[in-house]
Amino acid sequence: MHNEGSNVISRRQLLVEDWKHTLYLWRQNKLAMVGTVLVAFFILIAIFAPLIAPYDPIEVDLSQTLLPPSSEHIFGTDQFGRDIFSRVVYGARIEVGIILLVTVISGTIGLAVGITAGYFGGVIDDVLMRITDVFLSFPNLILAMALSAMLGRGVFNAIIAISLVGWTIIARLARAESMKIKSLPYIEAIRALGASNIRILLLHILPMCMSPVLVQLSLRMGSIILTAAGLGFLGLGAQPPTPEWGAIVSDGRSYLVEQWWISTFPGLFIALVVLGFNLLGDGIRDMMDPRIRR
Amino acid sequence: MEAIVTIENLRKYFDIKKSIFSKPRKVKAINDISLNIPRGSIFSVVGESGSGKSTLGRLILKLIEPTSGKICFEGEDITDLGSKDLIKYRREMQIVQQDPYNSLHPRKLIKDIVGEGLKIHYKLPSDEIYVRIKGILERVGLREEHMFRYPHEFSGGQRQRIAMARALVLRPKFLVLDEPTSALDVSVQARTLALLKELKESLELTYLFITHNLAVVDYIATHVTVMYLGKIMELGSKDEIFSNPKHPYTMSLLEAIPSVGRGKRIRKIPRGEIPSPLDPPKGCLFHTRCLQAMDICSKEEPDEIEISKGHLCRCHLYS
Repeated sequence: MHNEGSNVISRRQLLVEDWKHTLYLWRQNKLAMVGTVLVAFFILIAIFAPLIAPYDPIEVDLSQTLLPPSSEHIFGTDQFGRDIFSRVVYGARIEVGIILLVTVISGTIGLAVGITAGYFGGVIDDVLMRITDVFLSFPNLILAMALSAMLGRGVFNAIIAISLVGWTIIARLARAESMKIKSLPYIEAIRALGASNIRILLLHILPMCMSPVLVQLSLRMGSIILTAAGLGFLGLGAQPPTPEWGAIVSDGRSYLVEQWWISTFPGLFIALVVLGFNLLGDGIRDMMDPRIRR
Repeated sequence: MEAIVTIENLRKYFDIKKSIFSKPRKVKAINDISLNIPRGSIFSVVGESGSGKSTLGRLILKLIEPTSGKICFEGEDITDLGSKDLIKYRREMQIVQQDPYNSLHPRKLIKDIVGEGLKIHYKLPSDEIYVRIKGILERVGLREEHMFRYPHEFSGGQRQRIAMARALVLRPKFLVLDEPTSALDVSVQARTLALLKELKESLELTYLFITHNLAVVDYIATHVTVMYLGKIMELGSKDEIFSNPKHPYTMSLLEAIPSVGRGKRIRKIPRGEIPSPLDPPKGCLFHTRCLQAMDICSKEEPDEIEISKGHLCRCHLYS
């Protein structure tokens, strides 16, 4: 029993060592740190929006229209007298919601299609991958526009549209992983034990495909915001008065010369958050790279 | 002796397609093999890599589908059974694979790896599963505390014991051992073989022992089948084959066993490499490398000839 005790400790130590190493790599990578800080800010803003925002993001006050940035309205107000800063802060919540839902939906579809195609191969693989190719043959934003125009306007439809665009890369990745894993001897041994295909897929192949897929999903979060804001700007995503960032930018576009602040501040937030996610994603990819890790 | 596994005219052809423009070609991995594996035997299959011996083991376990032929387990034809009907035979037949480093799921605890079969086949309370896993681990020389570790914490020999425990937890009667010791150090090999021999006696098992190591065959086997390019060249009891080998290929394989202090004898080791199974030689498959090849060997394929009872040989020298 003494032997077991010492081993448990050594395993825990190994895990701690691993985390320390990750932390060390993260500290070495300045850009990843900047990305982390930007993303952390973004998430904190979303969580504490009601505490941060000084005004209601939707309430119209026609006595306060088109005010330039001042101590009362630090980002100014729009044509309906709404405080831009409050709208941007509440907008963070909508963006976080979009990111989470799109990640879950596109991750689920991508994993399901990918591991099924990779595991069964043959005709199933051909059919599923040709469907994937059809989705991949259109530019992302164009396809998202077409889908959300078809589904109708609104945040939720935009989320579905972006998910339907985004699952393809995950599917390809999961397919490659599952093809690799299904030919390993331990899967054959499990088949010899009498496990059904469903059991093998869900209990043995799926967990092994998760980590590259999670890295890929984190890399895509920046582009999810961009697509969502793009749809919002074009009027296909979030509808007024929802304070979605792309929609706010769109609100200000007819006042761009005289009242520059309406579009500029939400635009700046989009740029910073996308930058943050991209830097963090690159950092995560580097940290997961076994050639850089010990 | 009664046969536990019977194979009749078994064939397995793999289609090889290099590009959409070239004609698909067939590799005859198993080409018309018939044999009986007696209950309680250690039936060894030897041959160079590419001779189809691993394919044979996988075919018997129905891990791959045969092209034609018949496989019987305890007299029941299992050739055309689907996965639903096959499930009860999965309890009876198991496999231990060659590479212990890739044969265990790297993210699962040993108790989950070994317990997988129990969870698939029986609805048992978890304490019962625990007791059975513990029992089988102790049976193969591991301890209870090993249940809560991951495969990477074990050595090759220990991993092979875990693979044995995984196979044996279902109490099978027949075990395919696919080069179970070839990836291990020599000292570990010896212990693993002794354990296999002991388990075979105490659990009343039958082994299909696939190997290319004739020293191992000499130690453990009761029967020997020599395969070459998907066909049986010679078959018989171990004592008969080792003391009275007939086929030139068998003789050269026996000659090639390394040993200490044999002096400078010119050995009859076969010339060159095993031919590509994509393009097997005409006539006798072995004639391109045979030291006793005659004219007829490159023209006609020899039939199986019974040298003595239970001793078959496929060679023109004896016809």
